[in-house]
Amino acid sequence: MAPGETAVISGFTDELISVKLLEMGFLPGTAVRFNFKAPLGDPICVSVSGYDLSLRLEEASTISIVN
Amino acid sequence: MATDTKVKIALVGKPNSGKSSLFNQLTGLNQKIGNFPGVTVDKRTGSCQLGEGIAAEIIDLPGTYSLYPRTLDEKVVAEIFADDRGRHYPEKIVLVADATNLKNCLLLLTQLVDLGLPTILALNMVDLAAKSGQSIDIKNLEKQLDLPVVMINARKGMGIDRLRSLLSAPLSPSSKLVYHPEPEIKPLIEEIKNRFHLHSDYRAYQFLQQPDNLTFLPVADRNYIRDLAKKNNFFAHKYQGAETVKRYGFIQDLLNKVIIRTPNEGWKKVSYRIDKVLTHKIGGYVIFFAVLFLIFQSIFAWAQIPMDFIDRSFAQLSSKLDAIFPSGPFFELISHGIVPGIGGIVIFIPQIAILFAFISVFEETGYMSRVVFLMDKIMRKFGLSGKSVVPLMSGWACAIPAIMATRTIENWKDRLITIFVTPFMSCSARLPVFTILVALIIPDTKIWGFFNYQGLVLMGLYLLGFLAAILSALVMKMIIKARERSYLIMEMPTYKMPKWSNVGFQIIEKTKAFVFEAGKIILAISIILYVLSSYGPPQVMNAANETVRKETASQQLTEAQIQDRIASYKLENSYAGRLGKTLEPLIRPLGYDWKIGIALVTSFAAREVFVGTIATIYSIGSTDDQATIKERLRSEINPDTGKPRYTLAVGLSLLVFYTFAMQCMSTLAVVKRETKSWHWPLIQLVYMSALAYFSALVVYQFLK
Repeated sequence: MAPGETAVISGFTDELISVKLLEMGFLPGTAVRFNFKAPLGDPICVSVSGYDLSLRLEEASTISIVN
Repeated sequence: MATDTKVKIALVGKPNSGKSSLFNQLTGLNQKIGNFPGVTVDKRTGSCQLGEGIAAEIIDLPGTYSLYPRTLDEKVVAEIFADDRGRHYPEKIVLVADATNLKNCLLLLTQLVDLGLPTILALNMVDLAAKSGQSIDIKNLEKQLDLPVVMINARKGMGIDRLRSLLSAPLSPSSKLVYHPEPEIKPLIEEIKNRFHLHSDYRAYQFLQQPDNLTFLPVADRNYIRDLAKKNNFFAHKYQGAETVKRYGFIQDLLNKVIIRTPNEGWKKVSYRIDKVLTHKIGGYVIFFAVLFLIFQSIFAWAQIPMDFIDRSFAQLSSKLDAIFPSGPFFELISHGIVPGIGGIVIFIPQIAILFAFISVFEETGYMSRVVFLMDKIMRKFGLSGKSVVPLMSGWACAIPAIMATRTIENWKDRLITIFVTPFMSCSARLPVFTILVALIIPDTKIWGFFNYQGLVLMGLYLLGFLAAILSALVMKMIIKARERSYLIMEMPTYKMPKWSNVGFQIIEKTKAFVFEAGKIILAISIILYVLSSYGPPQVMNAANETVRKETASQQLTEAQIQDRIASYKLENSYAGRLGKTLEPLIRPLGYDWKIGIALVTSFAAREVFVGTIATIYSIGSTDDQATIKERLRSEINPDTGKPRYTLAVGLSLLVFYTFAMQCMSTLAVVKRETKSWHWPLIQLVYMSALAYFSALVVYQFLK
């Protein structure tokens, strides 16, 4: 995904982190928008469930999106 | 009224929901800061008058998203709610929710409802929500959740009266349970319910999910639950995920029913525009370093004025007490041990207050999470996390609040490394030592007519400390094995103007914590040091007066000078002095003599004591005038070489020593408390002392 794009979450590839992501509002079926990157490329800022969050690329990569 | 007759009300909610503003609104100045028993998480409590003769005790619990904790702070919340017979178990709950972002505030609410807790939902920031065009059907929300809902604006104080009257009325738990544990684990739930006499299914389910939080139960009971889970293949994470999805399903249905008009995100545009600047590739870092420079400047330049005033006042108080009190060891202990000891604590208040003013403004405005965002990648290279930036910055004022600030770091390894390296950041207690030594050995001239040499050396020392911190972090990153994965899932709140009364409360709270937490230790140490450095073998000490007078009889000294010499002689022969002499062979390679040795011994517990000891040992008496100390040090002759004792080599060696050495008992005590063992503070002490010793050795041997 590139900054500015929106996608729909389909699931997670890591069970442990998925629990935390779910709690923060990353729910399968909801839209997530990639807002912008930190100056060094990592972490990134995304919008989900109506608010903004920072994620490391490593964490973001455990989220699968619908193509 | 006794506290136990008060209604216990807990404020809960996610971080940034405005809990602290509401707490300040409800309690005003009737606040108490303490610790939860057994853990060091701050507990803020306050009393509040709800109506005629009804008083309440309000507890402000740490912010959390759910009952499944990720940080130490959040764990406290989970533990409190786990024990329904515990001392802190609240009778009523106010869940503070951010009305602009209801969805993930309601997750915790549904969990509390399922635990059977009588709860009021307070929708905060209703002004912002209205501005965004959102409109909520409150009546329907109350009906759907079966609990009272109140609209508040905690920053402006709106809706607080209605909340008070709701809290003074009886409140029953909601009848609408949201989540029912999966059928296949029903037998496990029943077994736990029977064994622990629980009424609620969800409470029993929580027992099963998180036996670690049941600290109020005997270990055998906790192990019983763990075994039960293991025997029945209960995978906690799998069920947690399923639970969360179900709860959000309920919440989404609920919001579909009660939100009449959905918000547009237009009001966030300003925030995005600010983010474009503050997290810009170059601009973001330029601004961050400008801010750092401003903090630096204010801690070292502006804080000096009140600090000098405090210093003078305590010196005056000390000499006034001397004049009033009759002589005797007890009164001397007060005027020379306890009063300067308290002075040594109070003097740091201006710096700590200024530092926390900045930190609190950053937190209030939302800039702090951007700093974490900017620095995370760089810090991670060194085994730290973006969240380590705040503790490291705080370390410039004092390592004690800095180490306490590491509690927000979720990951054990990241947190441990941050705690370990924070004392390398040059704290304000090193400053008096630096100032006097730099002034002594570095010429007060300018380079290119602009930069002052002394200032540059001082900055270099701070840089040296910082380098030691990150390089040590790098080493530790390779040595320590991670217990869990590190992550940074952190909310980025929209920018807001700070609420100044919240900033004020924060400053008072942190300063108080410093004075009482660190103060106790510093005071105790200064009393011990006073005793060690004023007592020695009785026959030598008693004869001090005569011996010195005999020795100096031919020198025609004034009475004051003789008194100074006596004080110096006494210190030399005191227990602390003897220790200094014993140390001499060890520190000779660093270029130090036994006099510096005494200063090293006395400043072992608190480095700022160095200056005072030097003043006494070179018989300057009670004057704290730095110019005098400097003159005395300059004229001190090394008997071996016949040249001044404080050469460039000795001075720099001392500076390097003080930059690296862990000479702070209070820091060690805090590290012990925060890591829950003596293991880490001892390693830290040995490591830092060894680094200090060998670096100072290298510097001296190279330059001499």
